[in-house]
Order: sequence, then C-alpha cells, then structure tokens
Amino acid sequence: MVSDYRISGATGEWEVVIGLEVHAQVTSNAKLFSGAATSFGAEPNTQVSLVDAAMPGMLPVPNAECIRQAVRTGMAIGAQINRWSRFDRKNYFYADLPQGYQLSQLYFPLVGEGEVTVLLDEKDEASAKSIGVERIHVEQDAGKLMHDQHPTMSFVDLNRSGVALMEIVSKPDMRSPAEAGAYVRKLRAILRYVGSCDGNMEEGSMRADVNVSVRKPGGELGTRTETKNVNSVRFVMAVIEHEARRQVEVIEEGGTIVQETRLFDPDKGVTRTLRSKEDAHDYRYFPDPDLLPLELDDAFLAECRASLPELPDAKRKRFEGLGIGAYNASILTAEVETARWFDALLDAGAPPAQAANWVASELFGALNRLGRDCTNCPISPGQAAQLLGLVADKTLSGSLAKQVFEIMLDTGEDAGKIVEERGLRQTSDTGAIDAQIDSILAANADKVQQYKAGKEALFGFFVGQTMKAMQGKANPQVINERLRARLAE
Amino acid sequence: MTDVTSMTIAELRDGFRAGEFSAREIAEDYNAAVVAGRALNAWTVETPELALAAADAADAARGADALKPLSGIPLGIKDLFATEGVDSTAGSNILKGFKPPYESTVSGKLKQAGAGMLGKLNMDEFAMGSSNETSAYGPVISPWKRSDGGNSALTPGGSSGGSAAAVAAGMAPGVTGTDTGGSIRQPAAFVGISGIKPTYGRCSRWGIVAFASSLDQAGPMARTVRDCAIMLEVMSGFDPKDATSLDLPVPKWEAGLSSDLKGKRVGIPTEYRIDGVPAEIDVLWEQGVEWLRDAGAEPVRISLPHTAYALPTYYIIAPAEASSNLARYDGVRYGMREMGVKSLDDMYAATRAAGFGAEVKRRIMIGTYVLSAGFYDAYFTKAQKVRTLIKRDFTEAFERCDFILTPTAPSAAFGIGEKMSDPLAMYLNDVFAVPASLAGLPAMSVPGGLDGQGLPLGLHLIGRELDEQGVLNAALAIEERAGFTARAEKWW
Repeated sequence: MVSDYRISGATGEWEVVIGLEVHAQVTSNAKLFSGAATSFGAEPNTQVSLVDAAMPGMLPVPNAECIRQAVRTGMAIGAQINRWSRFDRKNYFYADLPQGYQLSQLYFPLVGEGEVTVLLDEKDEASAKSIGVERIHVEQDAGKLMHDQHPTMSFVDLNRSGVALMEIVSKPDMRSPAEAGAYVRKLRAILRYVGSCDGNMEEGSMRADVNVSVRKPGGELGTRTETKNVNSVRFVMAVIEHEARRQVEVIEEGGTIVQETRLFDPDKGVTRTLRSKEDAHDYRYFPDPDLLPLELDDAFLAECRASLPELPDAKRKRFEGLGIGAYNASILTAEVETARWFDALLDAGAPPAQAANWVASELFGALNRLGRDCTNCPISPGQAAQLLGLVADKTLSGSLAKQVFEIMLDTGEDAGKIVEERGLRQTSDTGAIDAQIDSILAANADKVQQYKAGKEALFGFFVGQTMKAMQGKANPQVINERLRARLAE
Repeated sequence: MTDVTSMTIAELRDGFRAGEFSAREIAEDYNAAVVAGRALNAWTVETPELALAAADAADAARGADALKPLSGIPLGIKDLFATEGVDSTAGSNILKGFKPPYESTVSGKLKQAGAGMLGKLNMDEFAMGSSNETSAYGPVISPWKRSDGGNSALTPGGSSGGSAAAVAAGMAPGVTGTDTGGSIRQPAAFVGISGIKPTYGRCSRWGIVAFASSLDQAGPMARTVRDCAIMLEVMSGFDPKDATSLDLPVPKWEAGLSSDLKGKRVGIPTEYRIDGVPAEIDVLWEQGVEWLRDAGAEPVRISLPHTAYALPTYYIIAPAEASSNLARYDGVRYGMREMGVKSLDDMYAATRAAGFGAEVKRRIMIGTYVLSAGFYDAYFTKAQKVRTLIKRDFTEAFERCDFILTPTAPSAAFGIGEKMSDPLAMYLNDVFAVPASLAGLPAMSVPGGLDGQGLPLGLHLIGRELDEQGVLNAALAIEERAGFTARAEKWW
C-alpha cells in the first residue's frame, strides 16, 4: 500500500522518507559481557562488575542468553541469522563509557535482513505494508551521567553500563508518521511475544533513533537527519512530523539540509541540533581482540527456533479462522498479555466470537476503568469462560451478565455462585412475562394507540418497561416475541 | 646453610621437601637479596611480608604433609599483573597507587600452588619497550657489565626487565613475565636466563593489564628450562573469564622433559639471517644447530618468506589494539586524575598528558592513526592480512620441521640511553621474536653463551601451536650442551 502522506510546502507536495534504528534492551538477568545484574531502578552503581567499570585487566565474556534472545528476535521477523558474527570496538571518550569503547557489531552483525508487516488500518488486511529490517546487531549500553548531584561535578552511574541492547535497523521504507508508529508498535509486540525485550519505553528499555528526509514524491532521496533516543511511539510520530516540516521549510527557503544528529524536546515538540557531521566522531571501529568471533551451531539455532512462541500475525490469523472479526483479532493480539489471556479463555471453552466481543467491550472497558490490564485482571480466564457459558446457555441475558460481571470484579466470586446466591437467573416464564405485559399495555393505552397508528419506535419503550417490571431477569427474546404477539392482536 | 639464592626452583622445591631448609629460610634469604639489590631498580613494590606468610604456610603444609606444587617457592610478579591489595601500576604514573581488589588469574594460580610473592617487578610502561627505560619508576639496571672495563649501565631488556634482572641477580628463583612481541624472550636473552611464551591462550589474560590483546601472553622466566616448565604448568589452564583462553588440559611438561631429539627436525629459517647482526650472533646460531644435531635432531633449511613484514605488521596491530585498550585510563574511575581547565575533554587531555610517558603516547598516536577513517584499510586491514600470511608461513614450515631455531635478539644487551632517541633501532630488538607472537606460537629463549664483551646471548626456539613440550625439550638439549653457568659478577 502506498502512503499518501504529504507535507504541503510553498513549492508543492513533499514525500517523507523514514528509517528507524530501534534500541531494545535484551531481557536477561546479566549483562552482555559480565555477570552483573540488570534490573531497572536499582541504587546507582550497585549493578556494576569489575568488567563494567573497565578495571585494568578485565575481559569481556559473551553472555549466551543475550545472543540467544537476539537470534530468536531475528527468527521472529524472518531474518537471516548469521552463524558467524563478530564484535567490533567503537572507540570514543565519554564519562559514561568506562572502557573508552562500546562493543558493537559494525561489520558482521548477528542478524541480517528480515521484515515486519504492519497494518495501517487494523480492520483491513489490504492496508498491510512490509517494512524491511536491514540488520539486528547486539551491543553494550553505556552508563548514565547525573548532573544534579553536586554543584560543580557530574556523577556517573554505571548500572546500565554493559547491558545488552539489540539495535534493530529498518530500511528507509516508511513514508508517514502513522507507518512509523505502526512499525514501532508491531516491533514492540513481536519483541514482547518473543520475550527478548520488555518493550518498556518509559524505562528506556526500548528507544528509537529516527532518520528523516524529504523529497519530491518519487524523486531522489534527500539528506537525512537523525534524531536520537526518542522514547515513545507518540514522540516518534511527533519527531517525524516536526522534522519533515522543518526540512521542507529549510529547503524551500533556499537552504540545504545538513546530515546531523538532533535531539527531540518533548516539551516544546521540536528537534534541535546535537552535533553536525563535521564534529562527528571517528569511531575507529576494529574487531575486538578480546573476543573470538561468535559461531552458532545447529543445536543452538534449533533450540532458538523451537522456543519461539506463536507470533502476533499467526495468532491473528488463527483467531480470524475461529470466526473472530478482523478488528477484534487485531486488538486481541496487539499485546502479548492480552493474547495469552484470551487464549486461556478459549482453552477454558469459551465460544470464540462471543468471547472476543466480550473481551473487547466488557473486559477492556472494566480494566480501563480499574486502571488494570490482563496481567492483573481481577478475574481469571476460567471464570470469564464460565460467565460466557451462562450467557450461551441462556441462563443469563446480556444485561444480567453485565451485572454478574460487575459483582465478579468486586468480589472475585465465580459467575455460577453469584447467579445461584443472588437469583440473577433470567426467566423465560411466559406466564409471568405475559402478566407484566398485560398490565403495562393496560397502563399505557395511549401509547398502544400511537404504536398501532404507526409510531413503531414505541416498541422499545414497551420492552424496557417489561424488563424493568421483570427486574431485568426476563429473557429479552421472550419479551420481544410476546409483546409483538400481543400488540398484533 | 647453602645459598638458596643461587638455586633453581627445582632445587629449592626438592631441598625444601627433603627438609634441607625451611620455606621461611628461603623467603628470608630472598627478601634480603631483594633489599640488597635495590641498586638494580628491579622492583616497584617489595612485599617481604607476603613472601614470609606464604613461606610459613608452606612450612606448616610440609608438617601436615599437604604440600602444593610451589610450596616454599618465593616468586616475583611483573607489575602488569593485578595483585590484590598490592600496587599494580603497569609501570605507569597513570596507575600510580592503584591497588586492585582482585588478583589476576595467573598470579592467583601461583599463589594457590603455594608460591609466595617477593614483590612487583619493574617493567616498561604498559609493557611498551625493549629496554625497561620507559618505566615511570626509571630504568632497571642489568646486573651484567661489559668486560671492556667500562662501567656503563646496561639494560636488562624489556619489557620484562625487572623480571629478568631479578632472576639474573639472584633476587628471585623465578618470576612472571609477559610477552607481546618478545618481552619475555629478549630480556631473558639479555641477562642469561630462560623464558618461555606459551601458545596464545594457554595462560589466562584475566587481570593482566592489556597492551595488545591478540598478542599478550604471560609466561615464566627462570634460571633453567625445567624451572620454566614447573612454573608454566601452574600458570596455564582454561579460564572461563578470558574468552580467548584455550579450553584444554595442561600437559605435564616437567615430567615430559627429554633432551633426546632423535627423529626431530629443526628448521633453520633463511630469512632470519639479516644484515647488521653481529657475527657472534650467527656463530652462536650455528653452534645451536650443532648442539641440536648432537641431541639427535636433523637440521633442515626452511623459508618463512614474510618475515621481513613481521615487524611493521606488529607495529600496526599492537599500537592499534593498545590505543583502544588504554582508553580506559581516563581519570574518571581510578588512577591519576588531573583536573582540566573547564571540561571533561580537558580532564582527559590533562590526565593522559601527565599520566602516560612518551613511548606510550607515541604508540597510542600510531594506533589511533592506523585505525582512523581513511587509513584503516591501508594499515590495519593490510596488517591483518599479512599476519595471516605470517601464520601460514609457519604452518607450511612445520610440515618440514618440528621446531625452529633462531637467535633471540639481534644483539647483546646495550647501554641504557643508547637507543632511546631512535625508536626504530629500539623496535629492531624484537625482529626475531615478533613473528612467533603474531602467529601465537610457543617460543622460548635459552642462554647459549657469552659474546666478546662477556654478555649473555640467547637462542630462540619456536614450536608448533600447543607444542610447548617440543620447545622445552629442544631448549633443554641446548641448555645441557651449552653449559651456561655464567653469572653476573655482583657489584650492587
């Protein structure tokens, strides 16, 4: 699908070309080359080994789990896995970089080309677009500088120093903020399904460098800028919008775009120059002589592949095959926790289409209201399946089911127990229903007259009155049938 | 009592076990020798208390019949090795006062094996040098003097110059050295002792301050080939903390020692005969061939065609790695910090300007240059290719021979100050040593004789990958035939 996103400038329309480098922190108990812990939010410098602090004579040893997670991620996007890869040193001085170099993979990355398919419209398979991934390489994160601890000095926290990152480099395949947003969301979903990254953008587990250029539609590629460390989908989209407009303005005013690194200011919604190409570092990449090349054997790769879960696209197709609508299938698979919760619901015997509707409306509504999600849902999939079963066998009407669900959320009790103890079972007792209908029609003779004269909308009024008189427990279908019969008399 | 400071490790070990003397007596005598030898400037730190503590433990172990391989043996440790709680400075001001909270794997293995530590040994700064003159602690003075009546101070070689001098002067029966491009072998040759650099990966590099990671190897230096075998057995072995460590069992080299070389072929590389090398060196080399023939080996001419490129290749790769390895000495976390005028960059510049000596700066600049954009392929990539060719030279040569004999160094020890103004002349010291380093092969220097000035000359044996035994055995055959018993006359 071709994007029609355009920036309108004084000289006509401009097309935006976007590539993203997503840095995803690998889920692992230990750092890429040391045994130090990696949990978020620990006291400064409490998760630092001698290696991370680059003490004299310390050596890196690769953590197999980090490599495994990156390989599984590559497999999840159908990428080529390179059995032979290598770590290079990227040399530069900064106080958050104890070794004076970052271990990364410039020349021979672990993962080669793959792709991520995004849906620009969740209801429409035809809106699918494939975004190419150039490579995934593994590298070390740096530490963090703290400038607010001392009047004249900066402090260094090395907790993050050496933490494993995957750098997932897309091709310049995106053409609109929406596509970029969809790509980041989809990538995040895949990472979370695979379990290779927690995708927590607020905590910095996932962040993007956004490359943007503009050109006349279909024309030569323009010069790109790179905006670093953007940490939410919303900001990624904002950066693209702002940066594309800025570039169009510069060009149309006769200026040229310089290749440079920029920073996003979320408060002002603008990007500004961090450093230009002229003062770019010469990183003097060369193969790290402390490490041997990384060679992966068949058994390792087989285990990586066998351990992959069902991925979002496959799951969505399976759900659709069960009669679940495209939109519901899409939102049910967007977050791995939701998808797992829903799968458990199906496993507990809930009818798929009804279950999907119920989760998408009732459950999501309730969770939203409670500020919760599927990881801390007050009821279990088994309990939900029981509730849906009571609707399916007509023990509960839709409105009774809502009441029962509310009580379940409050008390955590099973639906069956609530129905029994509180007598919330729906009734199809035509005698009782007829009796109520008779008295309602008698009390509203004027409305009956109007209805018969053609004001058919009043039918709903009679249904509502009857249900109210039945204290909500009547089978609505029976009310409908009996009312129609009586009013037709 | 016998003079323990003139004994070998094997003699000390066996005498101690036989009850001829106690470990404490050994340690006390060596501690005294260390103090008496201060004029040589071989030590950066003296740790007599550690030597005594280990000795007392050894004496207790002997009583309890719980002896370890090196119980009772006091050793010197090159300052490049991190030693827990003891200054470990790599001979540099930038690490002055640095006491690591950890022990290098190799020195730790020696301690575990019962050895005591007499102190830390002076060395060229960050192991960059061939004369020990680049040390922040000043040069080590060789115990040897020329016999010409002049009294000029000679270098013990480098970078393991303190190590060499300590053994040669009877201040330690054995020491650790490290060898990146000859730093064990050249000083061993200069002072008339033995020293072996094992196959790359035999000794863990963990806890050894890195110079050039793809080349650095620890190894022992001692009076005899047997002593080297004893120490190397303890120092070697797989270390999961070093990704380049070889996961192989350690052979019983001492038990495997044999100077019977029947059926072995010794390769004599044509390309090692170079202009400007004193005739005495060639004569000794010929003599070495004859000794090996006498031991049963058959000499064969071999060719190592890329030898001439080894030194330039080394002086690209080693500085390139060093420029990156030394980036961590930035004044931020440990060691020296010079506050700059205003910025972080100023602090880096001030710290590194004050902390590093001239030779280290030179190599950092060379390394930075050869790795920089636009020059990388012309220098670093090309050097890596040549390194592969040099390795291949050896592989092909070892189809025709079992080990290779060359001189260790192109000259005997030179005077302090003689070559400091000419780095290229200094670098030439390692012309024979560097190819084996680039190829990662085991190589050893063993004393062969004295030159006309009465200074020691070494012979150099290079073996197949992992064939330390072959190297040690050939060296033993030379040692037995050379009858090298000369000792520096004590002037200090």
